[in-house]
Amino acid sequence: MTGFLLRRLGGAVFVLLSLTVILYAVFYVAPGDVAQIACGPRCSPAQVAQVTEQLRLDDPVYTQYWHFLQGIVAGRDFSTGTGVEHCAAPCLGVSYQSDQQVMQLILTKLPVTGSLVIGAFALWILLGVGTGVLSAWRRGRITERVLTWLTLAGIATPVFVIGLLLIIIFCSTLQWLPSPTYVPFTEDPEQWAWGLLLPWVSLALIESAKYARLTRSSMLETLAEDHVRTFRAYGVGEPAIMRRHALRGAVAPVIALSALDFGSMFGGAVLTESLFGIPGIGRELVHAVKVVDLPVVVGMVLVTGFFVVLANAVADLLYALADRRVVLS
Amino acid sequence: MSEALLVQEAGAAPVAAPASGARQFWLRLRAQRAAAVAAAVVLLLLLAALAAPLLAALAGQDPDTYHPDLVDSAAGGVPIGSFGGISADHWFGVEPQTGRDLFARVVYGARVSLGVAVAATVLQVAIGLVVGLAAALGNRWIDQVLSRITDINVALPLMVIALALLAIVPPSFPRPVLIALVIGGINWAGTSKIVRAQALALKSLDFVSAARLAGRGRWSIARRELLPSLAAPVITYAALLFPVNITVEAALSFLGVGIKPPTPSWGQMLTEADTWYQSAPTYLLIPAGLLFVTVLSLTVLGEGVRTALDPRAASRLRIGTGREERGERTKERAS
Amino acid sequence: MTTPLVQVEDLTIDFGTVRAVDGLSFTLEAGAALGVVGESGSGKSASASALLGLHRGTGARVTGTVRVAGTDVGTAGEAELRALRGAKAAMVFQDPLSSLDPYYTVGDQIAEVYRVHNSASRRAARARAVEVLDRVGIPDAARRARSRPHEFSGGMRQRALIAMALACEPRLIVADEPTTALDVTVQAQILDLLHELRRETGMGLLLVTHDVGVAAESVDDVLVMQHGRAVERGPVAEVLGAPRQPYTRELLASVPRIDEKRAAVPGPRAADPDAAPLLEAVDLRREFGRGARRVTAVDGVSLTVHAGETLGIVGESGSGKTTLGRMLVRLLDPTSGRLRYAGEEIGSFSEKAFLPHRRELQMVFQDPVASLNPRRSIGESVADPLRAAGESDETRIRDRVRELLERVGLDGSRYERYPHEFSGGQRQRIGIARALAAEPKLIVCDEPVSALDVTTQAQVIALLGELQRELGIGLVFIAHDLAVVRQVSDRVAVMRQGRIVEQGAVDEVYGSPQDPYTKQLLAAVPALDPAHAAARRATRSELAAA
Repeated sequence: MTGFLLRRLGGAVFVLLSLTVILYAVFYVAPGDVAQIACGPRCSPAQVAQVTEQLRLDDPVYTQYWHFLQGIVAGRDFSTGTGVEHCAAPCLGVSYQSDQQVMQLILTKLPVTGSLVIGAFALWILLGVGTGVLSAWRRGRITERVLTWLTLAGIATPVFVIGLLLIIIFCSTLQWLPSPTYVPFTEDPEQWAWGLLLPWVSLALIESAKYARLTRSSMLETLAEDHVRTFRAYGVGEPAIMRRHALRGAVAPVIALSALDFGSMFGGAVLTESLFGIPGIGRELVHAVKVVDLPVVVGMVLVTGFFVVLANAVADLLYALADRRVVLS
Repeated sequence: MSEALLVQEAGAAPVAAPASGARQFWLRLRAQRAAAVAAAVVLLLLLAALAAPLLAALAGQDPDTYHPDLVDSAAGGVPIGSFGGISADHWFGVEPQTGRDLFARVVYGARVSLGVAVAATVLQVAIGLVVGLAAALGNRWIDQVLSRITDINVALPLMVIALALLAIVPPSFPRPVLIALVIGGINWAGTSKIVRAQALALKSLDFVSAARLAGRGRWSIARRELLPSLAAPVITYAALLFPVNITVEAALSFLGVGIKPPTPSWGQMLTEADTWYQSAPTYLLIPAGLLFVTVLSLTVLGEGVRTALDPRAASRLRIGTGREERGERTKERAS
Repeated sequence: MTTPLVQVEDLTIDFGTVRAVDGLSFTLEAGAALGVVGESGSGKSASASALLGLHRGTGARVTGTVRVAGTDVGTAGEAELRALRGAKAAMVFQDPLSSLDPYYTVGDQIAEVYRVHNSASRRAARARAVEVLDRVGIPDAARRARSRPHEFSGGMRQRALIAMALACEPRLIVADEPTTALDVTVQAQILDLLHELRRETGMGLLLVTHDVGVAAESVDDVLVMQHGRAVERGPVAEVLGAPRQPYTRELLASVPRIDEKRAAVPGPRAADPDAAPLLEAVDLRREFGRGARRVTAVDGVSLTVHAGETLGIVGESGSGKTTLGRMLVRLLDPTSGRLRYAGEEIGSFSEKAFLPHRRELQMVFQDPVASLNPRRSIGESVADPLRAAGESDETRIRDRVRELLERVGLDGSRYERYPHEFSGGQRQRIGIARALAAEPKLIVCDEPVSALDVTTQAQVIALLGELQRELGIGLVFIAHDLAVVRQVSDRVAVMRQGRIVEQGAVDEVYGSPQDPYTKQLLAAVPALDPAHAAARRATRSELAAA
């Protein structure tokens, strides 16, 4: 067990380190005129030279990368033109646009994205697993067919389409709900929940389809296994077989997929945030991309990558714990 | 069936004609009604995309001509007439503000959406196949390196990286090509994992050992023994990836970093439609509906392909069949 | 006259267009034991499942009447059927691993079944589970009841399944190939257990098996099935001793007998033991995995094979015999040790250096399904060694393949056919033809007949013998079935845990085994003569006690 954790940790560190190299190469080396990008298109050559000086862009590439890495591990100092600013570890740089430290920026956005993901997550697990169980239970009947098509429709609908439709129906046409706005939980929990309701529902409708399919197919696969035949042959009734044996087989895959989705969603709820105007990590990233704010872009990709790697490791671990037959290696 | 086959030792000619793989595949696909309908829809969409100029010409329109006379500039550019200005000339109505013909834009948009998705899928499959096969057939060291590279690929969050990459590539680079490259280059890990796992499993089968004993070389074995058996899982996976790629392209364009105007694309139409849904709902509903129908048909088709290629996977999910067969075939277990 | 425990009349079962069981009738009196014997496809398992109504809701069509312990299985309602299953009649399945739920402890699973039929508290049900586990000989049952199935060995799992069957004290146990997945020594233990339980509880037993020997050891009456019909039924000694039907006779003639010496073989045999051996292995070792998970599969094996002779290698699962076989033909590299072939040390050759000899060492594989590429025609598979040898003339290749196919008893014109069009035995013949195409000096046969029915088995074995005499090749015959090995081998090596525990001329090893393991192995093989069953059971318990 300890060996597994250590190996897994080593692998994760290796992947993240590789990620920094790739990101650095692609975003700081490949574009060439980083100083111009940092300064903005209307900068004079003199200003560009000053930025080059400040960001130490004259250093060899590997020295620059080393400083970048150093910043992440130990923190680093930045010259702001007027003085020196310390950026504590893990330092992902300073925004070209707002001169804000990227890590600070991400930390302020994290609770917003977190609110979105956690609420949606709870909804989609309930909805997805529930639908899956129901269609496995009513297999071969009309209920299952209807649910299968609904699930397929869910998989085929992009989140921004369902989101748009929900806004149009509930906010504009029926006017049952106010337009989604983000209010921090600490300020007003009720407003927080009402504001996030539509984003939660849109995300959950789309995501739950995947879970419904996974739950249903895992249960059906278990039902076709020999041990289910054993319990049928011993007079165990169908409800008990579904509850005790078939559903148990779906637990491990559902938990593993949840961990994966939960992790990647922290950086990847880009569409939902943009559509509903939720000021989270995703929307900030889209903004940074549009104004080519390199440190913010790289920092956010790195943080997202971190969550994905973490989620992968956690998913493996949970799967093994839930399955018990899997040997960790 | 196969049990009956096993009974016949010497003598009695076994059943089943040597139906060619492709023929059997078509028969099985056609037997699934939903998949057959989906295939027809997909085919129709592909044809429409290929024949976009022809269709536009048939409608007497092109995607780029402004028709300021067809929008009410006083009302902010709302199309004149009901249902977004649908008329005999403009089958899907016109775009708000500019008055460009929507039908022409939609069929040209299909070109972009499907084209990008096809290219991205081909790229994903090609990279995945090469990496996966090399990992499975190479020595320990090669396998280790390639598997780590695959791990890194998994850690790249597709939407986020795609967004970031699209930001730094100069605008002169043709966008559809770029998007296909980005999707294909970031999201091949699934294919390579499947290929590696399948190839490793196949490699341990006795017929591969037999080919080695016959004195055949490594690459000859890969080509003749492994590749044909890899086709089924890879095609299945590609069929399931394809609709995902369409959604990703639409999403990127929706976020305003994908296909840039004036090139039409469904995702980008949706962004603009966002502000017009009250006054011109058809402008939203047409691309949204098309996107939905396309992805749904492709998903259903993907499922159909999976079932047609691996009927056992489908029948495994049926309960209570094949028991006797399985029980009796594993008559004796050896070490 | 009391009503019989099981009464089957005119039972017919159809799976789609395939008729699995065709007008079967039989009865089983309370407390009696009936063996249903047949080859694959005879419908024996389908009939057994019908006793508990297991075909319901599966799409199989069942007609005729089945009455078990007073329940009319065909017409009984769901509740009545559930009350029958497990409580009055319990089933023991073939594969003990897949027949238990991997997620729950063995004790919980037995307790679950007990609670379905008895209004007992959880605690009482668990106590009952421990009780029956103890009864079937699971040591430290209270603790082992908390283990999951994968933590049990194969034999233990089968005991646990039997414990589950006992939990509700049924009047009938239906055992469907209960020992087929087990090693021969474990098989003997399970059969002895069933025998003992039956004597003690007086319950009826319906034992379905493909192995005539298993039936001979365990039942009073036997019913022989073929193509879904009953061929012959009677007391076991009568049916096996003086079969009346031609099919029964044929079946019995095909069963390899452990107590029968190898028939004298006509024609020239290699025989000259002083000649240099064809293949010689010295202290061969093979390890898998690294570090703490290292496993030694083959642990210092030395053996020789001469041209024209057959070396049999017997061993139970996990004895390392397959690994050894693969090393002998250089499909696996030995970790250490020497391998000499035709006077050359080939153990350390690279694949490239070995190429000139590559085709001289061939193998026939166990699984007739996995040993042929399903996507290539069989002709192409057989032609492989020819093409690899540099032959490029298509007509010559076709002619040679036709000749080879005909040599192994197949229609030479079926070059373009695909493996799925052939039966298991035919596929095994194709595998032999492919090995022959390489013009080998030595063929290693790894369980070549274990996946086949006995009648097919006998044909394939005869073919191998013929070819050997004709071509003077060396054969290594690897099998778990001691009787089969005795029939084909000149010399035999007994393997256990990666080592050879005993090696010698076949009649010596079988006639007067020296190693205790060999003795145990030989005592475990079921004999065809039911009269000896009791004596053999006694021998086994003596050996076990020793």
